[in-house]
Amino acid sequence: MSNLENLYKEIILDHYRTPRNRGELPPPASKTEGFNPLCGDELTVYLDVTDGVIADIKITGQGCSISQASSSLMSVAVKGRTLDEVREVLAKFKNMMTLEGEVVDLTDPLNRDVLRSLGELAALQGVSKFPVRIKCATLAWNTLSQGLEEN
Amino acid sequence: MSYFNAVRVREDIPALTRIINGRPITYLDSGASTLPPRSVIEAMDTYYRLRHANVHRGVYQTANEATDAYEGAREAVAQFLNAPGGAEGVVFTKNCTESFNLLAKSWGVANLRDGDVVLISEMEHHANIVPWFQLRESVDLEVRFIPVDDNFELDLTNIDELLRGVKLLSLTAMSNVLGTINPVKSLARLAHEHGALVAIDASQSVGHLPIDLVDLDVDFMMFSGHKMLGPTGIGVFWTRPEILNAMPPFLGGGGMIADVRLDGYTPATGFTRFEAGTPMIAEAVGLHAAVRYLEGLGMANIEAHDRELTVDAISRLNDQFDGRVRIIGPAAHAERGGVLSLDVEGVHPHDIAQVLDEIGVCVRPGHHCAKPLMKKFNLAATARASFGPYSLPSDTDALLEGLQRAITFFG
Repeated sequence: MSNLENLYKEIILDHYRTPRNRGELPPPASKTEGFNPLCGDELTVYLDVTDGVIADIKITGQGCSISQASSSLMSVAVKGRTLDEVREVLAKFKNMMTLEGEVVDLTDPLNRDVLRSLGELAALQGVSKFPVRIKCATLAWNTLSQGLEEN
Repeated sequence: MSYFNAVRVREDIPALTRIINGRPITYLDSGASTLPPRSVIEAMDTYYRLRHANVHRGVYQTANEATDAYEGAREAVAQFLNAPGGAEGVVFTKNCTESFNLLAKSWGVANLRDGDVVLISEMEHHANIVPWFQLRESVDLEVRFIPVDDNFELDLTNIDELLRGVKLLSLTAMSNVLGTINPVKSLARLAHEHGALVAIDASQSVGHLPIDLVDLDVDFMMFSGHKMLGPTGIGVFWTRPEILNAMPPFLGGGGMIADVRLDGYTPATGFTRFEAGTPMIAEAVGLHAAVRYLEGLGMANIEAHDRELTVDAISRLNDQFDGRVRIIGPAAHAERGGVLSLDVEGVHPHDIAQVLDEIGVCVRPGHHCAKPLMKKFNLAATARASFGPYSLPSDTDALLEGLQRAITFFG
């Protein structure tokens, strides 16, 4: 697989072209803005947290394919999940992204399990080999983190 | 054809021997930083190997050599710019941004009062915006903007109105985003008629167009060495010696003083007053070599070479992509330099740059430190390709190939 195909996997391109959960939520849903000052990407995460569950999430904003796909994949992964589950996915995702430049050893059962548990999100694992693009992939997640803290 | 041989220039640039992802490097990011020729690298190397000593202090031979080399660079820069007052008005800084901070925080603090106006333009780099905003924290200053029109040029319709009450016109000679070359000379004359001083950001132009400070008749000029084939870590601030001598010190410390006592200090005069601490000696030596190299090529020849590449690239971009790739900058026939900001419909500049990197093409995605300008044209970012004296039409070939790939890939 070429570098580019490893970065821009089909799932990523699909979520970029057809982003899920695009749009806004009216108050009392929370609204959190995230910026990547290096490239000018910006997005807004709207969260409806009811009884400790993310009942609804919507995202608006503009950015590169990686940041847009990552935010779309994230919205699917966290919608309907409890806050504890969301925090666990957040931690796993950020961990996957901080393996900068290191090739994840997929023969290690532990890594395989983590990636499998991430489901479609694992498609973003290729981004970790492109250090400057990690910020693109993590923008939505950091904004979600911030939104949860404010909630 | 150009009046110098860009293929020969390439042989002088070691960085162009790199192979990136299996392809020879295609360097199209000279707007961000130019690649130094061997003579620059070797001058710095020789300095460190054989002549290194601190300047302006020792009496031994190598210390004298280091001082001569450092001051020789100042002399070379002054001649290169045809600076009125010669080397006396040349201050070495870290980069163009520091030069702007010197302007705002020394001249600005001493001369700008509540109600005064600094006129800049919408196409300025953050380096010529933020220091003025910072100054506003202590002085009730108006920062006024010359608008940019839909042809990506300065809208000078109301220039007389805009210049009213202006103490300083601070303007880029060439936009680092649009490539627009501004009519600096005529605007300087007009600004002077309104009693304003004129500062010019020459970062984008200094390595690409001839500069003659006597002819331009401006009052300040600033640029970075690494945008004119020199090293990073050195910039130039130039002003008329009479203005310089009336400016208060900026950074304090060793080297910039005439006397220090228990009850205070007396600053040195002239450029020395603004060069606190051990200066960037090796970088000055490198900059001197860069000046010699550019003089060898001839700035008018470089300008013609840039123009030829730019006209060719614009026409091929328009032909091949039929509007899908929009050039955010003036048309080919306008006054413009070799900076091509591209907006590809449906593909984000970051993704463009990533696909281009795959075939070894270096362009810059982003807002290019000019966010007000980007916002004006409703763009978060562009992918910018920019030429240097070592660029060839084959670099444009690689750019077009990469753009086609990106468009195919992202659909």
